[in-house]
Amino acid sequence: MTGTGIRIEGLRKRYGKGDTAVDALKQVDMAVAPGEVVGLIGPSGSGKSTLLKCLGAVIEPSGGRMVLGDQVIYDNGWRIRDLRDLRRDKIGFVFQAPYLIPFLDVLDNVALLPMLAGVKNREARTRARALLDALDVGHRVAAMPRQLSGGEQQRVAIARGLINCPPVILADEPTAPLDSERAMAVIRILNDMAKSQNTAIIVVTHDEKIIPTFKRLYHIRDGVTHEELGAGRFP
Amino acid sequence: MISLAGRDILHSWGKFVFTGVGLGLLIGVTLTMAGVYRGMVADARALLDNSGADLWVVQQDTLGPYAESSSIHDDSYRSLLTLPGVAGAANVTYLTMQVGRGESDVRVMVVGLANGDPSTPGWPPYLIAGRHITRGHYEAVADVSSGFALGERITIRRHQYTVVGLTRRMVSSSGDPMVFIPLKDAQQAQFLKDNDAIWQNRRRTLANPALNPPGAPRLAEAVLASQTTNMSVNAVLVTLARGHDPSTVAGDIRRWKRLAAYTREQMEGILIGKLIASSARQIAMFLVILAAVSAAIVAFIIYTLTLDKIREIAVLKLIGTRNRTIATMILQQALALGLTGFVVGKITATFAAPLFPKYVLLIPMDTLRAVVAVAAICVLASVSAIRMALKVDPAEAIGG
Repeated sequence: MTGTGIRIEGLRKRYGKGDTAVDALKQVDMAVAPGEVVGLIGPSGSGKSTLLKCLGAVIEPSGGRMVLGDQVIYDNGWRIRDLRDLRRDKIGFVFQAPYLIPFLDVLDNVALLPMLAGVKNREARTRARALLDALDVGHRVAAMPRQLSGGEQQRVAIARGLINCPPVILADEPTAPLDSERAMAVIRILNDMAKSQNTAIIVVTHDEKIIPTFKRLYHIRDGVTHEELGAGRFP
Repeated sequence: MISLAGRDILHSWGKFVFTGVGLGLLIGVTLTMAGVYRGMVADARALLDNSGADLWVVQQDTLGPYAESSSIHDDSYRSLLTLPGVAGAANVTYLTMQVGRGESDVRVMVVGLANGDPSTPGWPPYLIAGRHITRGHYEAVADVSSGFALGERITIRRHQYTVVGLTRRMVSSSGDPMVFIPLKDAQQAQFLKDNDAIWQNRRRTLANPALNPPGAPRLAEAVLASQTTNMSVNAVLVTLARGHDPSTVAGDIRRWKRLAAYTREQMEGILIGKLIASSARQIAMFLVILAAVSAAIVAFIIYTLTLDKIREIAVLKLIGTRNRTIATMILQQALALGLTGFVVGKITATFAAPLFPKYVLLIPMDTLRAVVAVAAICVLASVSAIRMALKVDPAEAIGG
């Protein structure tokens, strides 16, 4: 691994206090380089979603350290003042369901993020259009989300996650609602985008079909991560 | 930055428009109710303006002639004319009654006019058709809202009158159209009893030894004559000479003539502050209820629309949208809904107002107030939806 995409050291998360306290994350250590796609797998209740929420700066960990690029964002406490700005500018999200904004067309669904960051509408749309072209949904820019197929919606969601060129993308079971062919296409896109945009991508998944595609995997079990090498091959 | 509220409205415009129309009808009712009150006030002012009087002289200790009954001698005006500052004085009677029109009847206020010309207090100041009353009996000038036509024969008590002139905006404080007839006819209509009652009265008088004592036959005749002569009017309308203070002259009348006298301001206070006060309170209650219902509807709709977007709001928050942006979106939607409702309501009220039987006056100030009230209601109504949206946890967008 070269450079720093995201590095997590000894991350912990405890819910509740005293006798009722639950340690959802006990010892999480991860490192994902820019341009790398890693898988995060584990059984239900193992702490995947909690980890994703911590990485996404949605909930506060109980301890540990997180470094994003060259910036320490958490070190036994947030080191960033505005977590919203962090989420908007430094972290891309791709969800299990695309969760596109139903009242915005495809172009504005993607362009919304840079607009929120203060980029002018025209420029934001130009960037969004280029990204959608790269993801092969450029012909659907004027469509509303409900008019898209599942695969198209997921590609638009990926474009939304990538539009602000974040150093890290968190993908929460992005292939769950897709058939094998489309799921594989999404993983290919994520790999391509990771390389072309030099982005570190963490894919949380249960999907047996796509697990062999990761070169590195993190297993999480009882709140503890274990790194292992994957096959890194596409069918 | 694109307008999230605008896009959402365009996306679900059907729901939005139908809600806006429903709200608009409610706002239309509210505006019309306000217009009804304004119409009542305008009618009261028109009644005073059109009487042409500076002072209203009525029976002592009464609030006549509009708010209470009043009866004074019809020669009182002569003594009033002798007072300093009094330029003119004319008797007048007012009687609200059903006036026959063929097989049906119409509720009107019959006004008895003293002999004179259109400059005489009490006379309608202008006509829109026909002429003024020129004969001593059985001619009438009617307000056009009565529905009477020129040349039409109408029945007041047992006499028939010909409508010779039509006027406009001459209504009582309760909105009944006025019909002007000669004073003598009006006195008869108001005070003269029917033939049977007169006959009964005469029989009782003649049978009463105190009123018909043996050896004094002319006493009974005098008593009978006084019983069937109408020497009362409801009020005397007084005009003042230039430079005289109405309050001073009214004070002189109260002091020297033992009558009640009201200035224009006092009479307006009686009409608006007492006569239509309860109606105004009634309307105010309706306005409060309608405002509350409107607020509830806007709040419910905005809350529901927001509830439908919980997941999208969570996603928006997760990707870094500020609370201010989300709150603005909800607030803008509420205001847009209110604006739609207001436009529909204003159009509805404007077209519906002339259809009401009584005068409905829609004034620009009320429209402005309504805009402000609707905006305030929408802001208040959006509070619960905004609070709910701000409480949405961005973590809801992430599974698990």
